[in-house]
Amino acid sequence: MLMQRNSDRKREQRKNFHAGQKLLWGLLALLALATLYPVIFLIAGSFMGQDELGTYLGAVIAGREGYADFPLLPHYPTLRHYVEILLDSPEFFVMFWNSVRITFGVLAGQLVVGTMAAWGFAKYEFPWKKGFFLIYMILMLMPFQVLMLSDYLILDKLMLTNHLWGIILPGIFSTFPVFIIYRFFTEIPDSLLESARLDGAREWQLFYHIGLPMGSSGVIAAMVLGFLEYWSLIEQPLTFLKEKSLFPLSVFLPDITSVRQSGMAFAASVITFLPALLVFLGGQDYLEKGIMAGAVKE
Amino acid sequence: MIRRNRRYKSNRDRTGTYVRKWRGLLWILPGFSGVLIFYLLPFGDVVRRSFLGAVDNRFAGIDNYRTILENGAFLLAVKNTLKFTVICIPVLILTALVCAVVLYRSRYGGIIKSAFLMPMALPAVSVAVMWRLLFHSQGLVNQWLSHLGVIGKDWMNTEQAFWVLVLSYIWKNLGYDIVLWMAGLAGISENIYEAARVDGAGDWQCFRNITLPNLKSSLYTITVLSFLNSFKVFREAYLVAGDYPHESIYMMQHLFNNWFRTFSFDKMAAAAVLESIVLLGLILLLQKAWDSKEKY
Repeated sequence: MLMQRNSDRKREQRKNFHAGQKLLWGLLALLALATLYPVIFLIAGSFMGQDELGTYLGAVIAGREGYADFPLLPHYPTLRHYVEILLDSPEFFVMFWNSVRITFGVLAGQLVVGTMAAWGFAKYEFPWKKGFFLIYMILMLMPFQVLMLSDYLILDKLMLTNHLWGIILPGIFSTFPVFIIYRFFTEIPDSLLESARLDGAREWQLFYHIGLPMGSSGVIAAMVLGFLEYWSLIEQPLTFLKEKSLFPLSVFLPDITSVRQSGMAFAASVITFLPALLVFLGGQDYLEKGIMAGAVKE
Repeated sequence: MIRRNRRYKSNRDRTGTYVRKWRGLLWILPGFSGVLIFYLLPFGDVVRRSFLGAVDNRFAGIDNYRTILENGAFLLAVKNTLKFTVICIPVLILTALVCAVVLYRSRYGGIIKSAFLMPMALPAVSVAVMWRLLFHSQGLVNQWLSHLGVIGKDWMNTEQAFWVLVLSYIWKNLGYDIVLWMAGLAGISENIYEAARVDGAGDWQCFRNITLPNLKSSLYTITVLSFLNSFKVFREAYLVAGDYPHESIYMMQHLFNNWFRTFSFDKMAAAAVLESIVLLGLILLLQKAWDSKEKY
């Protein structure tokens, strides 16, 4: 009898819970759609012809009366803006390659220097290790504005201002990837390394044949986070690069509020977004692991 | 087995304890020398400069610090940054917590989480393009509002710019915080819930008495990381509004940029030192929290 009543109450509770859960779910789905809206908007706009854009966005881009309006999908999709950008604007390519150079230069450097440092922190004891690690953590968490002047002073001394290396080199020595990869390296059991040592493996072999393969998800996580960061780099190029021919895509902002350029602005934004989107879709699991590694200590 | 052991021992004797002791340092040496050259030494120079006069390079004591603390632009940037974080961070953290709790147990949580994480991948330039269309005085947001019978505002050129920035920050960081909360949720043992359910606890009770107390340490980390991420919101603000935005979104980075352009390195140095001290305090607090959790 008592049990019967108890289970009744439970069922009742569960029903209530389900209603609440559904409501929350609906709200959350709406919020997610709202979060995605700018992305959808951007992609839809890039396929719209100049006329269609003019009709919908005339209020913003041509100073017409009334408000801008925007459908979810283009009525007369066209690839013209993409063609225009990809075939007709050499400066866009220059910027694209600058972005590629910066991003891959930084990531390649981090792959060598960062993984080594992470390995050292994770698997060895040495004097002042805690102090070194604290310095790495502090540097990781400082925003650019704090380090901006010191960055400039050293680049000026090395004559690297107005040079892509002036962006790449400080990026290589960023301590953020070290921190992320470190977390994954500490999970490799020490006993494994010891037994490999017993079998006569050298220290660099331990790193290369055990550390890197077993910590690969950490390395990938750091690379994914690094790609998203450096692909969208703004502060450094704007501060240190003067020549427009050195600018990466991430600082290229076409004027969307002009009639002639609005279509191109959409297409350019989508092309800028595309590599980051691919990395995001392919590496989302690693991205999440990386975010967590930045927050949970051990 | 025994022979192996012996070989290992003699090997260890040969390498010697000295090499062994410093071996780890060799691994971090390449990276650390770069850190030294590109970050630590120049920052030392910045600290030195913060005590020097701008023109004569002579020792000026704390004059630079006094100047910036009386500087209107500096105070404005500090005020805006403080106001921004005080409003944003609680809203972001609470919203993310609710989302994480709902998503954690659901089957399709993964897809929705992806949607929330997507803004992390969207480059700030693309965001800026969208924001111009959305928040223009004749833009889309105002069009939606007009359907609701509300008269729109000129979002970017009035006080409202601040709220646009708040929204951008939350939009961009929600996924990040949800992932962090979910990691915290995953750390709570399922057994506790089961035991509580056997004792007749409902979902709300479970949430209040089990979930919330167990997330305390996550809360701390998430707060600090959200705070530090809030300094990156400048990217969107800059792209949308340029070097001289509406004064409600004049942030520290704008100030540094403007000082950089006028070569006011003395002020920049002093402000950088001050800001780093404040942030250092926060970071050490975080470190302490992590250490205490370890003991626990």
